[in-house]
Amino acid sequence: MNDTQNQRRSFLKTSLGVAAVAIAPGFLLFDVAHGHSEAVSAKVRWGMLINTESCADGCNDCVNACNKENGLSGGTLPTDSQWMRKIEIKDISGGHSLSLPMMCQHCEHPPCVDVCPTGASFKRADGIVLVDRHLCIGCRYCMMACPYKARSFVHEPLHDQNPDVPRGRGTVEACSMCVHRIDKGQQPACAEACSNKSILFGNLNDPDSEIAKKIRTVASAQVRSDLGLNPGIRYQGL
Amino acid sequence: MSTSTTSQLKLESTRFKNRLFYFMLAAGGLFVLAGMYAVHMMEEHGHIISGMNNQIVWGLPHVFAIFLIVAASGVLNVASIGSVFGKAIYKVRAPLAGLLSIAMLAGGLTVLMLDLGRPDRIIVAATNFNITSVFAWNIVLYSGLFSLVAVYLWTLMEKRMNIWSKTAGVAVFVWRFILTTGTGLIFAFLTARQAYGSAMLPPMFIILSFAWGMAVFHLVQTVMYAWNEQVLDSAIMDRKKHLLGIFVLASLYMVTVYHFTNMYFANRIGFEYFILRDGGIFPDLFWWGYVGLGNILPLILIYLPGLGRKKCALAASLAVVLGGFAFLYVFIIGGQAFPLSIFPGYEVSSSFGDGQISSYHPSIYEFMLGLSGLAIAFIITSISVRVLNFLPHDKPYIAD
Repeated sequence: MNDTQNQRRSFLKTSLGVAAVAIAPGFLLFDVAHGHSEAVSAKVRWGMLINTESCADGCNDCVNACNKENGLSGGTLPTDSQWMRKIEIKDISGGHSLSLPMMCQHCEHPPCVDVCPTGASFKRADGIVLVDRHLCIGCRYCMMACPYKARSFVHEPLHDQNPDVPRGRGTVEACSMCVHRIDKGQQPACAEACSNKSILFGNLNDPDSEIAKKIRTVASAQVRSDLGLNPGIRYQGL
Repeated sequence: MSTSTTSQLKLESTRFKNRLFYFMLAAGGLFVLAGMYAVHMMEEHGHIISGMNNQIVWGLPHVFAIFLIVAASGVLNVASIGSVFGKAIYKVRAPLAGLLSIAMLAGGLTVLMLDLGRPDRIIVAATNFNITSVFAWNIVLYSGLFSLVAVYLWTLMEKRMNIWSKTAGVAVFVWRFILTTGTGLIFAFLTARQAYGSAMLPPMFIILSFAWGMAVFHLVQTVMYAWNEQVLDSAIMDRKKHLLGIFVLASLYMVTVYHFTNMYFANRIGFEYFILRDGGIFPDLFWWGYVGLGNILPLILIYLPGLGRKKCALAASLAVVLGGFAFLYVFIIGGQAFPLSIFPGYEVSSSFGDGQISSYHPSIYEFMLGLSGLAIAFIITSISVRVLNFLPHDKPYIAD
């Protein structure tokens, strides 16, 4: 073997080594950034059962947890984002009153997804309705279409965002059911924060899940069920 | 008067008109600049500087944009009556109608686009297309109308292409019906809101477009005739005036039926009380602005015998346009101000305005943006009519 060949070999070896060192961290970081890389499945349908009988009047724990988890200001001006809010309702004829949390109902047939011109509003296979902040052009048609007034428009530039929950000025946003937590096997922040355990989160499609069993045994209702949207959020005692 | 004095006077008048033209163009340009400044401010600070919020998500810019887009479709009626139905006095007006359509569509779409939360991403609307979205359909309908009307103008204004003008005219005729249907459907598909979600809306918008388009056409035509020191044949004036009258009556009928059908549904009666009686500025604008100024006054001006022709037709057209703005303000803002019925049969309250009438105070930036749309339409029209031959050339009038 002559000198030239040796030089060529060592050059190739060094190049390969340098390339491996350069590419490896990218692969590793990609893994870190994406965590679970398997796709979500339609076998799962995430949902919630909210017990309005135990939901305490004046308690805002779920709303506060939502704001903290998603980096929302907690302001209640008409221009502030409110992914979750407490609604006090009173039966006009009977006078019976209730307090309950209201947020994106994660419909099976979401009107926001139907009307979105760019497909920024979309439903994941597991039933979670989300907004792709990169595709949203801020037309607000989804806000017009949502029967639950569940969506907010970001009216001001944002600072100090939660890296897990990127938001964007000029785009529309709503409850994501804490998708970043669900994908890590955790509960949504509101369900975890509720001291009365009024928010039961789980897989509606799994007949053995606690939520599915409970829905079979207690009377529950979907809000504006007349619209036929089949929301993933159900209310007990409504 | 000697010939030289006459020509001197004519020269003076031409010079004055030239100056006036550039002055008006500059004024229009200033309005456009003001609009662009408003857009810059909204880019910088977000929509917080507008009067819009999470309850009233579409505001004054949408009133301007939708008026311009609906009128852009309606003004083509003049062209259709000429090209599709072969009426000579309308046919000579088809190029002007086509130009106005393009100008107003450009103005309206500019406003709509620049009011987006992220106007910089408008290209996404073309690259990512959601087939179920009526908004996405409208993007195709608007760009299609632009192209079709441009081709139609070409067939009208280029002698060699004249043979195709009827075909292009029919295509434009069909397209604009679909386009205004699409505009109506934007609201008709909002089933959860008491104000919208009605199959009446697409036909209602089509008829409204006839009246608004005709009124805009008449305003522009009157100004053009005055500028060129020409007099419109009184028989032609009468025909156009009466056509406007019929469109105004028809649109009032459609709006009446829309409100009556809403009253028929028990769950919408509250909304009707709000918009027609109890809602403060909304019933005021509806009755005084839309019904009074936009319908009754034009009908009196058109049909009451003994009133002067020219000024009455001009005033009637102006009133129809102003009434159109009043109608859209009530329809768009009032429709959102009334609370969504999330829990029918319950009294509702929350930190997010549930169960409450939402308030809206348009900011100066919204006015600036909206007016810039009108200014864009004005600039396109005035430059085009100056450099190209858009003035209708009537042959001696024969009824057809």
